[in-house]
Amino acid sequence: MRYLPLTADDRSEMLAKIGVGAIDDLFADVPAEVRLDGPIRDLPMHASEMAVERHMGRLSSQNLSAGEAPFFLGAGAYRHHIPASVDHLIQRGEFLTAYTPYQPEIAQGTLQVLFEFQTQVARLFGTDVANASMYDGSTACWEAVAMAGRITKRNRVVLSGALHPHYTSTVKTMAKFTRDLIADALPTIQGTPDNSGLIARIDDETSAVVVQYPDILGRVGNLQEVADAAHAKGALLIAVVTEPVALGLIEAPGALGADIVVGEGQSIGVGLNFGGPYLGLFGCRQKYVRQMPGRLCGETVDADGRRSFVLTLSTREQHIRREKATSNICTNSGLCALAFSIHMTLLGGGGLNKLARVNHSRARQTAQRLAKVPDVTILNDNFFNEFAVMLPRDARDVVRELADMNVLGGVSLGRLYPGEEQLANGLLVTVTETTTADDIEALASALEQVLSGEAA
Amino acid sequence: MSAPNKSGWKPEMHTGGNAPASPTVSGDRGLMLEEKLIFELGSSSNCGVDIDEPEYDVMPSLSGNLRMTTAPLPGLAEPEAVRHYTRLSRQNYGIDLGPFPLGSCTMKHNPRLNEKVARMPGFADVHPLQPVQTVQGALGVINELAHWLIELTGMYGVAMTPKAGAHGELCGVLCIRSALEANGDAREVFLVPESAHGTNPATAAFAGYRVENIPATPDGRVDLEALKARLGPDVAGVMITNPNTCGLFERDLKAISDAVHAAGGYVYCDGANFNAIVGKVRPGDLGVDAMHINLHKTFSTPHGGGGPGSGPVVLSEALAPYGPLPYTARTKDGVIHLVEEADADAFSEEHFDGKMRSFGRMAAFQGQMGMFTRALAYIRSHGADGLRQVAEDCVLNANYILRSLEDVLEAPYADAGPCMHEALFSDNGLAEGFSTLDIAKGMIDEGFHPMTIYFPLVVHGAMLIEPTETESKDGTDRLIASLRSVAQRAVAGDESLHGAPYFTPRRRLDETLAARKPILVYKDETDET
Repeated sequence: MRYLPLTADDRSEMLAKIGVGAIDDLFADVPAEVRLDGPIRDLPMHASEMAVERHMGRLSSQNLSAGEAPFFLGAGAYRHHIPASVDHLIQRGEFLTAYTPYQPEIAQGTLQVLFEFQTQVARLFGTDVANASMYDGSTACWEAVAMAGRITKRNRVVLSGALHPHYTSTVKTMAKFTRDLIADALPTIQGTPDNSGLIARIDDETSAVVVQYPDILGRVGNLQEVADAAHAKGALLIAVVTEPVALGLIEAPGALGADIVVGEGQSIGVGLNFGGPYLGLFGCRQKYVRQMPGRLCGETVDADGRRSFVLTLSTREQHIRREKATSNICTNSGLCALAFSIHMTLLGGGGLNKLARVNHSRARQTAQRLAKVPDVTILNDNFFNEFAVMLPRDARDVVRELADMNVLGGVSLGRLYPGEEQLANGLLVTVTETTTADDIEALASALEQVLSGEAA
Repeated sequence: MSAPNKSGWKPEMHTGGNAPASPTVSGDRGLMLEEKLIFELGSSSNCGVDIDEPEYDVMPSLSGNLRMTTAPLPGLAEPEAVRHYTRLSRQNYGIDLGPFPLGSCTMKHNPRLNEKVARMPGFADVHPLQPVQTVQGALGVINELAHWLIELTGMYGVAMTPKAGAHGELCGVLCIRSALEANGDAREVFLVPESAHGTNPATAAFAGYRVENIPATPDGRVDLEALKARLGPDVAGVMITNPNTCGLFERDLKAISDAVHAAGGYVYCDGANFNAIVGKVRPGDLGVDAMHINLHKTFSTPHGGGGPGSGPVVLSEALAPYGPLPYTARTKDGVIHLVEEADADAFSEEHFDGKMRSFGRMAAFQGQMGMFTRALAYIRSHGADGLRQVAEDCVLNANYILRSLEDVLEAPYADAGPCMHEALFSDNGLAEGFSTLDIAKGMIDEGFHPMTIYFPLVVHGAMLIEPTETESKDGTDRLIASLRSVAQRAVAGDESLHGAPYFTPRRRLDETLAARKPILVYKDETDET
């Protein structure tokens, strides 16, 4: 077996040193009646690298990958071009095969990256500080809600109707067990987010208002207005960013009054990966830092007085505080944070702005073309790189029919909001720098065919 | 010829004494390279990506939302960026460089085939919300991995969505709470041994339970009689790590499970150490109701400097109906479905006799696909026979270490018999003023990553050494030789250990300063804003 270096001679020599006759003597504490006497039946035996690659290759080929078709999906996971150097660098063994940096003298590489990452996230979000990452955007969103409860000592949470429904579900699942009260809603089918409806739901018991920016339908609302309304009632504003590329163009949530900003960092450096691993981003005001979940990297000096980095404020964390910790999180998304940080360093602020403008430009081009397809209506008054269109019939069916024509045409609102009749005809269309003019034309013409009933 | 040397002159020897006393101009020391922060290197006008010119202006209806200024993020051209991260990487230790014997963390070799398959476009470049007809292979990976995990653990079902071990713990405890509450049986307490990972009590508390400790026996295991005495109608369940964090198999786990079940509770097993028993014994045969499996431990997905992980949770028949959405289901026609909120009821009829009562969604989308592909490639590579060998070799390596060092370091449970995959020592017997930390830092100078230190909490100055099965006998012998030497120095009171490490990019760090005046982001007066 290619991954097991011990030889038969090694094994006997070592057993002799230990002073036992056979390997099973070392498993003597496992009660004999449950000990397996050989390999589990019905499972295949070991296989060569070539055989495994063949098996996995066969499974891979049974998918239609985004690069093989005109592709317009988003809704919390975005396809962007990742520079080749990103994947090369994250595969350096010193990064890939390191552990959480508990021994800082031999982990300054990881630690400096985390310090740079935290700074990048804070600057992108417009927050004072950021942590070293969470699992993903949805779990970061729940952690922000829990943190707001600790800060305000209140337990009623108002979720915008235009928060990603998976995020809403995640928060509601956890709240069932923590007894937090969650006030959620469905997105309103209108060109601009319904701030007045949202603000009307904030009361004196509200710990936090959670708003996605841009929202699930791609609309960019007035965040400052919600922040002011939340603060007037003593509540915090949690802004959720599922598409960080947008922040190359639109104002940072922290600059618009958000107290905690969380997000999904997958867009920058990580890739689609069928939903994971992704990268939870988490930033907040300095005064709340001791209520933050997750790891934090801080600057210090070593015995020779040289600038160094180390995990810090760990008295918030489970390995020190146990049941009194701010979160149970241990492993986070370290390698994805590295990928994000490298990609962001390659872009820089100027590159991010240009990338955002290209995304927006292509999205406008797509919206203009789709508006010409009979029976298709663009919903949004504004958008960044994602917008909703209303179709004359159930968008779930349309998406499947488009896929049959080798076009990955978007995410149906019926998939995201099952059973909600008024949303069933909605389709979310997402456009990035990877979308070509040919792709746009392919989508428009496939949609024309499907909607006119002319598709094969 | 030359005149006899009466001057006392000697040829120059290349010792430290002849190195220049003053620091170098660059700050670098040969291959020991210093690296500035990106904020000191780049500016927001530098860029390492060529981006097309946008053809359309910003739409007028967005004009009120635009950034006032460019985000203050420094950029670097590609050569500079590659150099920055490569230089930083050289300040890190990784398994690729040598043994990384962190107990309970399971730092084993990360096969490169797994990296290759995870990057196949059918897995890496697929969107989580694509129509299921276009992702049958990706769903096939999840379904096949689930099958292996169920078979290897002897359980009934598996929740694949948890994102890491602690998230898996949460999943298991939420299943337990849901099952109890479905029967109108609200309970308040979870019992957790003192030796448990910190995530266990944190998870139970996060799920709304009060945590109480279970005492241990002198031989390092859960005290069955004390546990039985505490069980009652208020106890929802127990969380037990097996093999436990002292590296010992909980011989009484079946009896514990029976007692807990008789009292109406459930048994959660922390599967962090499953690598020690994979293919040798199935947790399902020990009465376990739920157990997470760290794919980044037992099944070799890389730790990546702190993640990502993946924590599927195997579940008993009693708990499986409460598992999270979404899940995969293969129907008789060979089609693999992703069961989400929309079709949960229909599949409940077909697969759970109408009893599926999921507690809901724990995260967006359907789990850590990138870890699933790697874990499946690892499992397929080893097969049923190789996985059994994994358990045997890691246990063999750990016992070899235990018996090779018990004469210089106190091994609190060595007399009780063999250990499993990790060997535990204490700092009793070191010279006055010397502790586990000194040994760890001494090991760094020896060129090794230290073992886990000060965990578990039940042993004074704990040193938990887990070599894993991917360490050769030579590698383990070198580790033992260094540990023996450093331990002997600590026993003898060698003061130089207090200053270790000496040969690293940084010496011991001032962690108190970091916590007292936290500097968590880079700040510079001259930053562009």
